[in-house]
Amino acid sequence: MTKDTKVIELDQVAIRFSGDSGDGMQLTGTLFSDATALVGNDISTFPDYPSEIRAPQGTVGGVSGFQVHFGNKKIHTPGDKAHVLVAMNPAAVKANAKFLEPSATIIYDIDSFNDKNLKKAKFATDDPFAELNLHDFHKIGVPITSLTKEALIDFNMDNKAVLRSKNMFALGLVSWIFNHPLDIIEKALKAKFGKKQQVIDSNITVLRAGFNYGMNMQHTTPQFLVPAADIEKGVYRNISGNISTAWGLIAAAEKANIELFLGSYPITPATDILQALSERKDLGVKSFQAEDEIAGVCTAIGASYAGDLGVTSTSGPGLALKSEAINLAIMAELPLVVVNVQRGGPSTGLPTKTEQSDLMQSLWGRNGESPMVVIAASSPSDCFDYAFEAARISLERMTPVMLLTDGFLGNGSEPWKIPTMADLPTINTRVAKDPSKFKAYRRTDETLAREWAFPGMEGFEHRIGGLEKDDSGTVSHDPANHQKMCELRAEKVARVIDMVPDIETYGCPEGDVLIVGWGGTYGHLVSAARELCDEDYNVGLAHFNYINPLPANTADVFSKYKKIIVCELNLGQFAAYLRDKHPGFEYHQLNKVQGLPFSVEEVKESVTKLMEE
Amino acid sequence: MLEFTYTAKDFKSANEVRWCPGCGDHAIMNAIQRVMAGLGLNKADYAVISGIGCSSRFPYYMNTYGFHTIHGRGAAIASGVKSANPRLQVWQITGDGDAMAIGGNHFIHTIRRNIDMNLILFNNKIYGLTKGQYSPTTDFGEKTKTSPYGTIEEPFVPGQLVLGAKGNFYARAIDGNMKMSQEIFDNAARHKGTSVVEVLQNCVIFSGGIHDEITKGEDREDKQIYLKHGEKMIFGTNKDKGLVLENGKLKAITIGQDGYTLDDVLVHDAKEESLYMHAALINMQMPEMPVAFGVIRAVEAIPYDVAMEGQIAEVKKTSKIKCMDDLLRSGNTWEV
Repeated sequence: MTKDTKVIELDQVAIRFSGDSGDGMQLTGTLFSDATALVGNDISTFPDYPSEIRAPQGTVGGVSGFQVHFGNKKIHTPGDKAHVLVAMNPAAVKANAKFLEPSATIIYDIDSFNDKNLKKAKFATDDPFAELNLHDFHKIGVPITSLTKEALIDFNMDNKAVLRSKNMFALGLVSWIFNHPLDIIEKALKAKFGKKQQVIDSNITVLRAGFNYGMNMQHTTPQFLVPAADIEKGVYRNISGNISTAWGLIAAAEKANIELFLGSYPITPATDILQALSERKDLGVKSFQAEDEIAGVCTAIGASYAGDLGVTSTSGPGLALKSEAINLAIMAELPLVVVNVQRGGPSTGLPTKTEQSDLMQSLWGRNGESPMVVIAASSPSDCFDYAFEAARISLERMTPVMLLTDGFLGNGSEPWKIPTMADLPTINTRVAKDPSKFKAYRRTDETLAREWAFPGMEGFEHRIGGLEKDDSGTVSHDPANHQKMCELRAEKVARVIDMVPDIETYGCPEGDVLIVGWGGTYGHLVSAARELCDEDYNVGLAHFNYINPLPANTADVFSKYKKIIVCELNLGQFAAYLRDKHPGFEYHQLNKVQGLPFSVEEVKESVTKLMEE
Repeated sequence: MLEFTYTAKDFKSANEVRWCPGCGDHAIMNAIQRVMAGLGLNKADYAVISGIGCSSRFPYYMNTYGFHTIHGRGAAIASGVKSANPRLQVWQITGDGDAMAIGGNHFIHTIRRNIDMNLILFNNKIYGLTKGQYSPTTDFGEKTKTSPYGTIEEPFVPGQLVLGAKGNFYARAIDGNMKMSQEIFDNAARHKGTSVVEVLQNCVIFSGGIHDEITKGEDREDKQIYLKHGEKMIFGTNKDKGLVLENGKLKAITIGQDGYTLDDVLVHDAKEESLYMHAALINMQMPEMPVAFGVIRAVEAIPYDVAMEGQIAEVKKTSKIKCMDDLLRSGNTWEV
């Protein structure tokens, strides 16, 4: 590093790559975040892409982004606002102006800031930065398009292919700015493009051109240096929430010594789970891409009936379609894991954006008295743990379990200390052993779970179904029996509480305000709580992963704080649920339904405001 | 394979059969129980899956594994059962409302995938359990409780749907003709893949006699043709009628009249892959033509469940990932 380089040392930096949805921003972001993790920073990422595959080029609606947040301490969120924006066109600047730190650096492709593109992005003048009031920002115009063309002049490629390599120039430049060696990225490119030698060579040429440009122009580009994070020893990998969900399910089946069956239908943002499990034929996973959401869950129920761990994955609208079948699994008392990667609703809503508005649907969205275990993951990597737990509860208690994640967790990624199978808890399935004592709905006294006998097991032949039945499985319309059965099914779910760990608070164990959250908002809420505690506020965080049943010590924890604020990405569903389950407290609310995660700032603001009231 | 010896009685459960007296379902169940007894397969391997409707009560009356599920979804659930364990004998019991209306999507896709199951479609052209509304197979113009002035919609012909969905096995049977339906169910059970059997079933209460024109009367043999693979397409009370192909169309003729001889009569080929003749046979209607019964189409193809198992075995052989710990440590990892 030469002396005249302006080096800015930060403990955390958020960088956002942004361009047309065809500009390769997701790949750029992924490559950069992998390299960042390998140089020892902790990271958190968040892709933000439009729902149209190719929205009109150059328009704000067609902007695709990928934010990487990295630093030298535990990083829980992709960052509220970016310190560096890489903008491939004027629309990208417009779409992201709100999400920039004051005086952030904007690296933009000066070649694409022409009249045509300014018009497409609906700028009225030829100075987009002034129009957006971005006066104090550090703006670096780089002729990315023309330099990319220049770099590839000897490659004999068509113009389209040349332009597709622009993202590598940006990536090389950013790698220089953040002091990342290129070898990691080059290795990843070779792995990705395999035998396509020309694609590898051209990408690497442009990548290096970008890096060298950064080095040559260093008097104009401030260089950021983020020291490595202090991270627990172990073997790590980057993982997204959807992949870790898929893997948690495979791990559970392996642990339970049964086979995993996924019945599913593609739906944003849950499709990655179906894809990840379809890849795992080597681990015996049976993936069934069904004709619709209903068949997705129905094939899973059929597989559970036949002795597999049946799983279905979906998002909100798909869950609505599955309701009737989930009820069949509740009535038949079969194992079933339903993964709902929540997105913005109602109806088609905001398919690619995150939200937590399916809580009530998950708890109550079925006909009749229909109790269901509901749990929620809270980070991309702990999706693995909660998927595993969902399966464990379902198999040991013979009841369907809903696992809630969301678009933010599913698409976001973070480094994950890889567990070993030996460390995971055992799973004891309830496969029937003695035909002479078998009755379809005979229950154990402690858990009220029935035994599992499936076709192929000799001597256990029996009939089950969606009609109300007595202990032996015989259809019964007896009024008293129906009430007894409804109460038994409810009690069976209530008794899952003995598998639910007590809730542990973060921050002050008692004090002025308890922040309450659940599921995918953990990263932002814990960051807010940490900063508030650092600023000497008496604040704690109780973050829930178990929704039904709630942890046994819930009321006890709530009673230790003067005020409670329930923060969630909906209009108050968990708050309403808590009012019902623990009515003795006043629940203040922070609600956001913008398709976006919380920002740490807005959480802090709500908490300090509540203190002053 | 180990042979198991059973009688039809072994397949009857202790539950009281609650179909109406005279309902066609009784005869269909008796035929299926006899066929199951005769197949020599382990009773514990049978899984009888149904949806909702009168016919869907079927599993409760069987002394096998049974699952009475939800409306229209029996085929999807049965698909999961068979894919999870291809060694099972899966029978999917359904009706014209269950399979043709609410479950239409699952019906066609199960057939398209060719999942190995016997899909028995009880067609009485009416909703029985909800007491008399028209179904997707109710004849045009029929008056029912929800079509008091007659229906204004064309019915499905189930066999046409099966062919349209790339079906490999389709048969048509009559509830009251035990000998014929037993032969057909036996064929369906032995066929690998989705075997669809449409049974013309009589609902004594809401559509009583709906199939009588075809199935009853002294001249009924003149109105039905029982097709058998490799045999001449001959029918009639006196076995003197036959089907010939003329100008690209099927025609019913009397042997020895108008210059037609036995040699002119077509031979039924259920194993022919082309849909042409099978579609023509399925489409035959009275009064010009007899209605076709028997196994009309039975083409060999690899069932989905077999292919799924094969693909898993194939990938397992070559993949370096043998267990979850391998997967967890695969790809880009780093040590801190």
